[in-house]
Amino acid sequence: MTGQRLESGGTIRRDRPIAFRFDGATFTGFEGDTLASALLASGVSVMGRSFRYHRPRGLWGAWTEEPAALVDLSVGGRYEPNARATLVPLEPELEATSVNRWPGLRFDLGAFVDVLHPLFPAGFYYKTFMKPGWATWEESVRARAGLGRVNGEAGAPTRTARTAHCDVLVIGGGPAGLAAARAAAGGEARVMLVDDRPAFGGSLPLDAATIDGHNAEAWAAAVAADLATRPMVTLLPRTTAIGYFDHDLVALAERRPDGRERLWRVRARRVVLATGAIERPLVFPDNDRPGIMAASAALGYVWRHGVLPGADIVVVTNNGGAYQAARALAAAGARIKAIVDTRATPGVVDAVAEVIPGSIVTRTQGRLGIHHVEVAPLGGGRARTLACDLVAVSGGWNPSVHLFSQSGGKLRWDEAIAAFVPDRSVQNEQSVGAARGVFDLAACLEDGHVAGLAAAAATGHAARDPGMPRAQEGAPYRIEPFWFVPGTRRRQWIDRLNDVTVADVRLAARENFASVEHLKRYTTLGMGTDQGKTSNVNGLAVLAAATGRAIPDVGTTTFRPPTTPTSFAAFTALRRCALHAPTRRLPAHHAHARLGAVFDEYGGWQRPACYPRAGEDRAAAIRREAAHPRRAVGLFDASSLGKVEVTGPDAARFLDLMIYNAIGNLAPGRVRYALMLNENGKVFDDGVVARLGPERFLLSPSSSHTAGVVAALEEWRQCEYLDMKVRVEDVTAAWGTVAVTGPRAHAVLDKLETDIVPGPHMSVAEGTVLGALGRIARVSYTGEAGFEISVPAGRADALWDHLLALGEDEGIAPFGLEALMILRMEKGYILIGIDTDGNTEPQDLGMTGPLRAKTVDFVGRRSLLRPDSRRTDRLELVGLAVEGAEPIPGGAHVLAPGGRGERSIGHVSSSAFSPSLGRPVALAMVEGGRARQTAGERVAVFSRGTRVMARIVAPAFVDPEGARLRD
Amino acid sequence: MLLIACPFCGPRDETEFRCGGESHIARPGPAETVSDERWGDYLFNRANPKGVHLERWLHGHGCGQWFNVARDTVSHRVLAVYRMGDPPPKDLTP
Repeated sequence: MTGQRLESGGTIRRDRPIAFRFDGATFTGFEGDTLASALLASGVSVMGRSFRYHRPRGLWGAWTEEPAALVDLSVGGRYEPNARATLVPLEPELEATSVNRWPGLRFDLGAFVDVLHPLFPAGFYYKTFMKPGWATWEESVRARAGLGRVNGEAGAPTRTARTAHCDVLVIGGGPAGLAAARAAAGGEARVMLVDDRPAFGGSLPLDAATIDGHNAEAWAAAVAADLATRPMVTLLPRTTAIGYFDHDLVALAERRPDGRERLWRVRARRVVLATGAIERPLVFPDNDRPGIMAASAALGYVWRHGVLPGADIVVVTNNGGAYQAARALAAAGARIKAIVDTRATPGVVDAVAEVIPGSIVTRTQGRLGIHHVEVAPLGGGRARTLACDLVAVSGGWNPSVHLFSQSGGKLRWDEAIAAFVPDRSVQNEQSVGAARGVFDLAACLEDGHVAGLAAAAATGHAARDPGMPRAQEGAPYRIEPFWFVPGTRRRQWIDRLNDVTVADVRLAARENFASVEHLKRYTTLGMGTDQGKTSNVNGLAVLAAATGRAIPDVGTTTFRPPTTPTSFAAFTALRRCALHAPTRRLPAHHAHARLGAVFDEYGGWQRPACYPRAGEDRAAAIRREAAHPRRAVGLFDASSLGKVEVTGPDAARFLDLMIYNAIGNLAPGRVRYALMLNENGKVFDDGVVARLGPERFLLSPSSSHTAGVVAALEEWRQCEYLDMKVRVEDVTAAWGTVAVTGPRAHAVLDKLETDIVPGPHMSVAEGTVLGALGRIARVSYTGEAGFEISVPAGRADALWDHLLALGEDEGIAPFGLEALMILRMEKGYILIGIDTDGNTEPQDLGMTGPLRAKTVDFVGRRSLLRPDSRRTDRLELVGLAVEGAEPIPGGAHVLAPGGRGERSIGHVSSSAFSPSLGRPVALAMVEGGRARQTAGERVAVFSRGTRVMARIVAPAFVDPEGARLRD
Repeated sequence: MLLIACPFCGPRDETEFRCGGESHIARPGPAETVSDERWGDYLFNRANPKGVHLERWLHGHGCGQWFNVARDTVSHRVLAVYRMGDPPPKDLTP
């Protein structure tokens, strides 16, 4: 294939040359070129290598149907791996690198695989890499596999995703789509027209016909220009409809002129599918060489880009459509050497070259480009050899039924055009034109026009009929199916990227992969970048022949979105990095920052991990902070702890149902530690419940679990206990809470300006703090006497600074979350989701009272009565007194003592070095843990090849009696 | 993606909602009178019909209200929307 630029023709701007680079060399194209057309015009014949055998690949297609011309692309600050050269608009500074070859495209050492191809049959992976196991092979296979390279950097910036609604969505801006949009837009209906090309018109620039007296391309431009002026019409060029979902939701991927992608979700009341058709290859021996191109693609390069893809052309066809392409190629200056027609009687009178009827190509020659083809009659006979540098092929046309199929519609095999067409529709969509097998231009225009009027009318908008666009009838299509050449030993290619041949499909059928879905996965047929657009139907036909079935009985594989490859960046849109999830900051965030706090994310909140002092590293700061509240007094920001108000006449009754522990008998002003279970009896969350008044409760769920607790309360309130007068409100963000804890906490509180007289441990009182609304609860998560002071969120910052100043004489010091984790571990206070998992029940944590004593029902109660809950070998919470000075890693296995073998009987759930005790402490969930604790068992704890001995003890290393709390 | 008519807010995209599974499942009780089999059935077994399915949905990114939806599990057509506590509409045909 030696392409050359024509003196005239195409929509390129010959006055605007663009220099670009491909595989290190500099080329020049023009504005309006694609990377593929510019390379073709520069005489580049090989643009890729196939996936399995590394065979050289030229261009087959000119648009989304291209299977193999893949490049890694750098342009305008963007990087895109595996871009298809046919879809890349030429831009200045564009740099493209071919993929899947080494050292180069024209000489690729990987091609040795092709010489050995008999060793790599269909299902090669599944036959070869099974023993001893895939893991043995994975690394070396992966090193060879893959196409383009990701560069490790974040993808190009995208636009924010958009949601839109319209009355009529027309997908495809070819003749049928334009006619439909034009008709639908005549009235008041909101119309959207999308097309994946930069300009509307579809195949019209390739058509010599006239519409309403105008040249076809000019008609398209005029219609699009008219639609652009209408306020009710939205035109989206460079936009691909990538998925059709339930209730007529269509996903669109738009490529903006600046190269950025934007994802659209369009909810339409009616959808017109004018997605056109894609030309199908013919399957014949050696049909994969560079220089074998779809006839429509060859025509497209001439008429869109002014590039003649070859000088000496052999046309191979099984239908009448290719004759027009032959005429156009001849008119552009090519020598048409012959038209090889598989039909015995083509019945064409005005062919531009000799027609060889009833024949097919039986062999081709040329390594990096084609130079000869051998043509023989189908029934056998003397072969002829023709010299050529391009073979233009047409195996007929497949309607693009992808979106129709995704909408749930069923397909039907149409014998007349030997293709699948839409049959039964399920959603509010209608296929028109080539997308439903109507190929004649005049018929397409009528089809689209009628559908456009009907769609607008169906949405209740009176349409103003702009009059049917008319064109003369074209040449007859008259396809006679031709699927492959029987009785040859030469390879006949079906999938040009994944290297699937007729022999592979037959082998798969012989090995009983006779279902089309199995065939696809076994041979990788249709799994390349074109997703079967060129290979699917040919593959089905070969499978049908091999299994003695008809094509419709074989069926098709499932059409899944996206219809064309779409970058992850488009789906992600702006939801990444800082915008991936909202950052939640504590109300006193700036006060912590002033103290030099190191912030980390905990359960969605940015919270101080620790407050390192000058010259102190993180570990040292945490050690100091964890020891301090046991000696003096510490200050901790507990604002992220959940605050959920439950109020109303039935609040107590409702909470008794929702919470494991008894709530009804909690006196106003008192606080109780409580577990919340799910209906399976598993611990869902823990926290304290404060009764602020007879009908007012305040729940404090875990910081990262508050939303889940509120959701559970609401679901039960709304769906099960509809009769109760109760209200649930998440007021977490309304309050800032600062905890003062330690033996000298009282002394700090004594100085605080408040009218609240704090009660005993586990009590709460409301009043004023620093002259405004406030609340003080006596609770503790450290094991030391503790006060949680809550003020309106806006005052948290001032309260924090005030308490730091008040406590100066007492040696007050802030501590972060890491120190808190050590403090609570020393005391044996659990953290939900760390010390518990989805199987933990209250008795596993040593809490059995409520099940025995509570007289009213509660969520999860019946589940706790199952035999499983009474097993004595359940995982139970214990402490581990670790021997040695190093803490055990969390997740380490506790091994059964003295038994045969090494059985794990549980795991370490929390572990740290305790600076107050001067030794490591750990919490663990161990089978029959409490019995082992009573027996004082000594166990080995195993982690990453090493084992440490530990004694099973009660889960409380500091003040097990709780005297310090009540101090 | 379904288009669901919230009885309080009107038609909204499925992404605003959360499906809570089959509706109208009576909670057996009192606990001591319920067999393990009956309780297991309540917890885990669902009708999963091909056709009309009565299910509850939460308009979580909207009004925060639970309500019932009658949906055809084959076509995903929403046949009816009704409030929590209301009986299912009669004569639902997919």
